[in-house]
Amino acid sequence: MVKKLFGIKLGMTRYFLEEGKSVSVTVLKVGPCVVVQKKNFAKESYNAIQVGFGKLKESRSNKPSLGHFRAAGAGCFVHLGEIRIDDPDGFDIGQEIKSDIFSVGDIVHVSGVSKGRGFSGVIKRWGFSGGRKTHGSRSHRIPGSIGCSATPGRVQKGKKLPGRMGCQRVTIKNLKVVDVRPEMDLLLVKGSVPGSRNSVVEVCKIS
Amino acid sequence: MNIIETLEKEQMRADIPDFRPGDTVKVHARIKEGDKERIQVFQGVVIRKRKGNTGATFTVRKVSYGIGVERIFPLHSPLIDKIEILTRGRVRRARLYYLRNLRGKAARIKEKKYQKTSIS
Repeated sequence: MVKKLFGIKLGMTRYFLEEGKSVSVTVLKVGPCVVVQKKNFAKESYNAIQVGFGKLKESRSNKPSLGHFRAAGAGCFVHLGEIRIDDPDGFDIGQEIKSDIFSVGDIVHVSGVSKGRGFSGVIKRWGFSGGRKTHGSRSHRIPGSIGCSATPGRVQKGKKLPGRMGCQRVTIKNLKVVDVRPEMDLLLVKGSVPGSRNSVVEVCKIS
Repeated sequence: MNIIETLEKEQMRADIPDFRPGDTVKVHARIKEGDKERIQVFQGVVIRKRKGNTGATFTVRKVSYGIGVERIFPLHSPLIDKIEILTRGRVRRARLYYLRNLRGKAARIKEKKYQKTSIS
């Protein structure tokens, strides 16, 4: 049984439950994921299936991946990903996995690449409180002291400083599935998920 | 159409009457207490309408025992049983926040006149 699927984030909206409650949901387009390759313990020393997501014209594919796609004969895809599985031989190449593996009420983990924030300061990046805004203060958003003097005479490793923020893989755990529409390949989860619209997300079923 | 819009259109209600800021309305809201359900009526002036598909809301203001009470309802919420329009108000702006600073007679809203009297 597959517990993970790839998809894209479509955006957020408000959704009314049957009892009338309104919840904010993220709409994800998950699947259909097509099995492209089977990985066995004998050859690759782990068991998995490689799946493709998002159909691509053959002419749009680059040559190295085109060779891989032609060998499989299941079409070309924008995104390839692996799903660890105990028994890869239970799947056929070209088999489609759809969003109906999820059902309403399931708990899922959603991973994706967060929005890039560029070079950000310590207030945005680490939540520092910053300095005073008035009363002659000139330290508004600066980090303040970053260490001691002659001992140790250097800045400690791992000190929180300004730098590139975002664009990292982030997992949001324990999101509840509010609705599933297998006919439209849609999955509605409660709450937000990382990444911008149309970014690739990984949805993993927990229970 | 955009997929999110189609999802929202599915949830939107068609039985919502057309009302505007300045109108006095009676909102019949469903309230669940344990396993019992009853209907509570909230009557007041609509001071704001926010647009949107499922995200549309409206704010109703009333003065209860001398204290102003405002309630924000999602326009398409299934918890709204029905909305009754009592009077149509004649107002000149879309957000009637100025009512919060007025009380008593000053906080009245003139009723809209539908039939125009012809000047002979």
